[in-house]
Amino acid sequence: MWIYEKKLQYPAKVGRANVQMAKYLITQYGGPDGELAASMRYLTQRYHMPTPQAKGILTDIGTEELAHLEIIATLVYKLMDRASLEEIKAAGLGAYYADHDRALYFVNGEGVPWTAAYIQSKGDPVADLHEDMAAEEKARATYEWLIDLSDDPDLNDTLKFLREREIVHFQRFGEALQIVQEYLDTKKYF
Amino acid sequence: MDREQLCMLKELMALEFTVLEFHLYLDTHPTDQRALMEYNSFVQQLAVLKRQYQDRYGPLTWQEPSAYPWQWIDQPWPWEICYE
Repeated sequence: MWIYEKKLQYPAKVGRANVQMAKYLITQYGGPDGELAASMRYLTQRYHMPTPQAKGILTDIGTEELAHLEIIATLVYKLMDRASLEEIKAAGLGAYYADHDRALYFVNGEGVPWTAAYIQSKGDPVADLHEDMAAEEKARATYEWLIDLSDDPDLNDTLKFLREREIVHFQRFGEALQIVQEYLDTKKYF
Repeated sequence: MDREQLCMLKELMALEFTVLEFHLYLDTHPTDQRALMEYNSFVQQLAVLKRQYQDRYGPLTWQEPSAYPWQWIDQPWPWEICYE
């Protein structure tokens, strides 16, 4: 089961409302390399991991991604919340407004809704852990492009924290992969 | 949220993050005794700080006692806090 903590993992800071930035950032909410995809991917892959280390790391990183999902939601909420209709239209979010007002919804920056097709669960731990490492690198790159697009130092501070987490997760998945490969190698001989 | 509470909340966030970092590390390094000792020490510090925070400002999670009326729904929620 999961337990909610009524706090964020890291302060979600926004210097000023910025609808254009909200439109870019929402891809980390419901886009292909976003936090929802990350969390769902790891939490569903863990059932077929052969070693306790891999079961543990997928459970814990999958859970941490939910905390990141909440940080992204908070950032988008703050960037959008007090925006005027004129600003929303100017940022190209008129169509989004028609469907959702200023509410959060799982889409990428172009409005395409989230799909389970973004993730895979192969039943092969080596294939799945390689996908997870690639996913972390893609998310890291996305945060870098988002930081390039933003001129808000408060927002960038939060985005840099999230970018850093992708690097740590990549490292941990790499270690889990090595443990899994060693385990599979020993199985071949006995 | 007043400055004092925000300050304590940020301290709690930082300490809990430290515990999480050790936790993930230990998942793939379960026999690293030094890391395990540090982890246990941070867990203790976190428990103390969390108790202090919750006694002062109300529950952060479920299965916590509540004053009257039911404190869990007290505002602000995490996305409503101004962290700057």
